[in-house]
Amino acid sequence: MAKFDLNQVNDMYVDVLREIGNIGAGNATTAISNMLNLKVNMDVPKVELLTFQELPAAISAEEETIAGIYLEVESDISGSMMFLLKMDSAHYLVNRLMGRPDDYNEEFNEIDLSALKEIGNIISGSYLSALSTMTNMCITSSVPYLAIDMAGAILSVPAIQFGQFGDNALLIETEFGDDVKIQGFFILLPDIDSYDKILTSLGIQI
Amino acid sequence: MATIKVGMADLNICKSPDMITTLGLGSCIGIALYDPVTKIGGLAHIMLPDSTQMRNNTNIAKFADTGIEELVKRMIAAGASKSRLVAKIAGGAKMFEVSGLSAIGNVGERNALASKAKLKQMGIPLKAEDTGLNYGRTVELYTETGEFRIKSVGKTVKTI
Repeated sequence: MAKFDLNQVNDMYVDVLREIGNIGAGNATTAISNMLNLKVNMDVPKVELLTFQELPAAISAEEETIAGIYLEVESDISGSMMFLLKMDSAHYLVNRLMGRPDDYNEEFNEIDLSALKEIGNIISGSYLSALSTMTNMCITSSVPYLAIDMAGAILSVPAIQFGQFGDNALLIETEFGDDVKIQGFFILLPDIDSYDKILTSLGIQI
Repeated sequence: MATIKVGMADLNICKSPDMITTLGLGSCIGIALYDPVTKIGGLAHIMLPDSTQMRNNTNIAKFADTGIEELVKRMIAAGASKSRLVAKIAGGAKMFEVSGLSAIGNVGERNALASKAKLKQMGIPLKAEDTGLNYGRTVELYTETGEFRIKSVGKTVKTI
């Protein structure tokens, strides 16, 4: 039985979860930097307990079109991982990868979409592999799924996952980017039972 | 004309000439109820099909079954007649092509089925629906006319 309770998230848990975001996203940011030969920075991760009123607008206006890459997290823990990009950032990253001029702004073709999924795959994989090393647990992920749609609609997917257990969503959110061209977010959403396992594996008594 | 905004796992009602809206429905369903005589409209943004399957079910606006019941109750309290209510629904998309039959993969479809079943059980006719597929929807119910407008990214506005 899960003992971890979303209504009793104390400061120590928040610190530990923030550190997970720090190490995971740090690894992922390095992966993007290397893949695209760019200098990409990340902000201090936020651990947020959001209501369902707040979640759809957590990263941008609800109706703003964003690119969302979603992976199911499996094996020792379960949950999901999302990698969200503002549209102009998504175009910029794909252009870099495809060797196009930075201002090329045509609608994505099939190969572009596939490239975008692969970017998501590589950097989510880096995030999860850091988490796996840190916790000494086996953590794998599904193939990446991509949607380009309203932020609210994309975030309804994790909201529904949390909705099965309560009225809040706990997420570890890290914003990354460079000075001008890129703005994106990693969101790790462990299932409620997995929070127990993650915290216990790091020696935290729940 | 005022605009009333309904959030996720939320519901509200309004009267002509106001408009009631919810933004960015994904796998959730927007259930619009309308009484054409009093021009009272209501909108619920539900996330999950069935409150009886969940232990944590205190938020009644979160589920199709309890959400519709509450919306009807609120509309009757505001002066609508249950026998005149008609329903239109939208949403229930499958945002990510997740393989297999995982509970999350088909939650949109289950939400749509549960909403329709509840409306039928309460004797409220479903006039129109725009559910399923793989894209998000913003919906707007105009209480002056009962029109239900659906906006999606890269698509023309649909009125049902």
